[in-house]
Amino acid sequence: MENTIKAIVEKYDSNKGFLVPVLQDVQKELNYLPREALDLVSKFLKVSISQVFEVATFYKAFSLEPRGKYQMALCQGTACHVRGVPLIVDHIERTLEIKDGETTEDLMYTFETVNCLGACALGPVMVVNEEYHGKMTIAKTDKLLKKLGKEGNA
Amino acid sequence: MKKLTTPQDFFDYQSEVKKSVDPKKTQIIICAGSGCLAYGTQKLIDGFKAEIEQQNLQDVMDVRASGCHGFCERGPIVLISPGNIFYQKVGLKDAPEIIEKTVLNGETIERLLYKDPQTGEKIIREHDVGFYKKQQRFILGQNSQINPTSINDYLAIGGYGALAKVLSETKPQEVIDEIIEANLRGRGGGGFPAGWKWDSTRKAVGDPKYVICNADEGDPGAYMDRSILEGNPHTVLEGMLIGAYAIGSSEGYIYVRNEYPLAVTNITLAIEQARELGLIGKNIMGTDFSFDIQINRGGGAFVCGESSALFASIEGRAGEPRAKYVHATDRGLYDKPTCLNNVETWANVPLVISKGAKWYQSIGTENSKGTKIFALVGKINNTGLVEVPMGITLREIIFEIGGGIPKGRKFKAVQTGGPSGGCIPEEYLDSPVDFDELTKLGSMMGSGGMIVMDERTCMVDIARYFLQFLEDESCGKCTPCREGVHQMRVILDRICEGNGQEGDIETLEWMGQAIADGSLCALGGSAPAPVLSTIRYFRDEYEAHIKDKKCPAGVCKALITYKIDSETCNGCHLCFKPCPTDAIAGEKKKLHTLDQDKCIQCGACYEVCKFDAVIVE
Repeated sequence: MENTIKAIVEKYDSNKGFLVPVLQDVQKELNYLPREALDLVSKFLKVSISQVFEVATFYKAFSLEPRGKYQMALCQGTACHVRGVPLIVDHIERTLEIKDGETTEDLMYTFETVNCLGACALGPVMVVNEEYHGKMTIAKTDKLLKKLGKEGNA
Repeated sequence: MKKLTTPQDFFDYQSEVKKSVDPKKTQIIICAGSGCLAYGTQKLIDGFKAEIEQQNLQDVMDVRASGCHGFCERGPIVLISPGNIFYQKVGLKDAPEIIEKTVLNGETIERLLYKDPQTGEKIIREHDVGFYKKQQRFILGQNSQINPTSINDYLAIGGYGALAKVLSETKPQEVIDEIIEANLRGRGGGGFPAGWKWDSTRKAVGDPKYVICNADEGDPGAYMDRSILEGNPHTVLEGMLIGAYAIGSSEGYIYVRNEYPLAVTNITLAIEQARELGLIGKNIMGTDFSFDIQINRGGGAFVCGESSALFASIEGRAGEPRAKYVHATDRGLYDKPTCLNNVETWANVPLVISKGAKWYQSIGTENSKGTKIFALVGKINNTGLVEVPMGITLREIIFEIGGGIPKGRKFKAVQTGGPSGGCIPEEYLDSPVDFDELTKLGSMMGSGGMIVMDERTCMVDIARYFLQFLEDESCGKCTPCREGVHQMRVILDRICEGNGQEGDIETLEWMGQAIADGSLCALGGSAPAPVLSTIRYFRDEYEAHIKDKKCPAGVCKALITYKIDSETCNGCHLCFKPCPTDAIAGEKKKLHTLDQDKCIQCGACYEVCKFDAVIVE
């Protein structure tokens, strides 16, 4: 981990102004931001740990907890909302027995609602590991979860 | 690639590029904006390319993966040029037929044409399609003319010509005067005159001066800035370069949402290409003017679209706004004079310079000039991006361009201005759309989200939705916004849950006013707007929730019951499986019943029923 983070910090010339992009890249590598990683960023970038922690907890994109194999991002834009997203949120929370923003115990799914993805013609839209699923309904959600469950356990 | 060392050098190179375009070669233009890519358009692009290669037709036709064409509802979209033939909902299997019939033999393929829903007529050319007819697409229209990853494509349509013009013959102050004369107003929300902002930054004391492009497009239901950055990144760069020259700036930033990966990729590439040609960097076109641009990816915080929060974020801190006793034009990023405009504003700059302030002034209304791009979304037939002259009416946008409401339902309201905006009811649909008119109606232009709502949208629920969003996104620094918005949301929650109390509406009204007056930044200042505007126009709906414990639109769970209509239910059994609580009973082909004690109002049966036999009350 130490070398990975050192390389990322050096990519940005150890410039303190790039704390946000550095954390973005670290999270991309490690899937989340463990405590150890925050310490290393603080050390290499010469920014206090309190500032690293402030930034890591302020921005939505950062997670201090491990994330699931399938990261399900359900769009919460206004267009998706008026087309029935709240019903799908309830359904996923009920089915996976987790709340918005949580990860299942087996680290299979992370479910979160996200700000507008700008694919409004496809609303309600859900992105699973960068793949778009459009015009979602409760029935389509069930189908998708079934498929992911099979793939994930295979 | 050689560096262009004088403006004349540039013009020579540009005409060389223009000459190299073969006008006889057919272009198969495929929309590859994020919206169409979500439909799986990449496979279509690959399919066309493979087919052309296989048939050895590279000399006759080209595939161009372009930026967004706007008509997202009908994606994937393919345009054939010359001829401007418009194909919609194109699938991979249609590729060989399009090549064979349309490109090689000039025939149109009926089934891929757009059918006018009113007349049933099949429309062949893009500009005859109802969605495009009333638009004036000066900015978005360039998207289909270029491949955003090719700087030569942009040069071939006259790109960077405005920059070369100002560098060779215009003084910085004259550029600013031109922008002021054109009355270009900021497209990011506030509508502040861009020229005045430039002028203040130019005159401010401090070095260096920064020029920033705000691409932290966070309003839900708005994605026009993404489409410009993805589809035509060079025009944004050109606008920034002209601005930097006028202001006397040598450093610029583009602050872009990390959730827009394609926009980040394309703008990064565009900067590299422009730098190679000497259009960005030191001594641009051999003049004294030097300017470089860095990209900063946002961390996913709505408040960072606010100028002082955005500066904090670029400086590597948490994005909290500060009080603005001193303008950013005097002390902005790193406390230096800073000019911040949004993507669409920068994209308007080359247009103003190349066509002149007089021309620009001829479009629009008295105090709002030019065009505006809106994201027309929600309960609307033609979802997409539309670019219209200022002053067009809401009715024209929604019913003529947007094709009205799906399933023949009744229009209820249109929400503009994002979470800071308001909901406008039917009686004001004939109002002209410009900065000042929308403000008069209790909403605002905002960055251009336009969300259409029908009779099945609950206005109390919408107000709650926006407050929830703003509560999540409030940075927490000042009390009126942090606590006030939360408390307003608590009241709305209880109204939606059927526990509304007499006097709640009045409490919301005075609290809203207090939050608007007392908040530090625009996020808090405008946070109550969705509530106040819905109370203003839809007070009866609030009263129905509070007094009659009813949700007229059938949305608020605690106030509705699902029932099975004994006359229309034919016992198809489709609703059985989706019901998570086994609340539906009855045999196949016999009337079903719904156990109200078990029902959790999830709406699953309502969604699947094909016979409208599940009703909401």
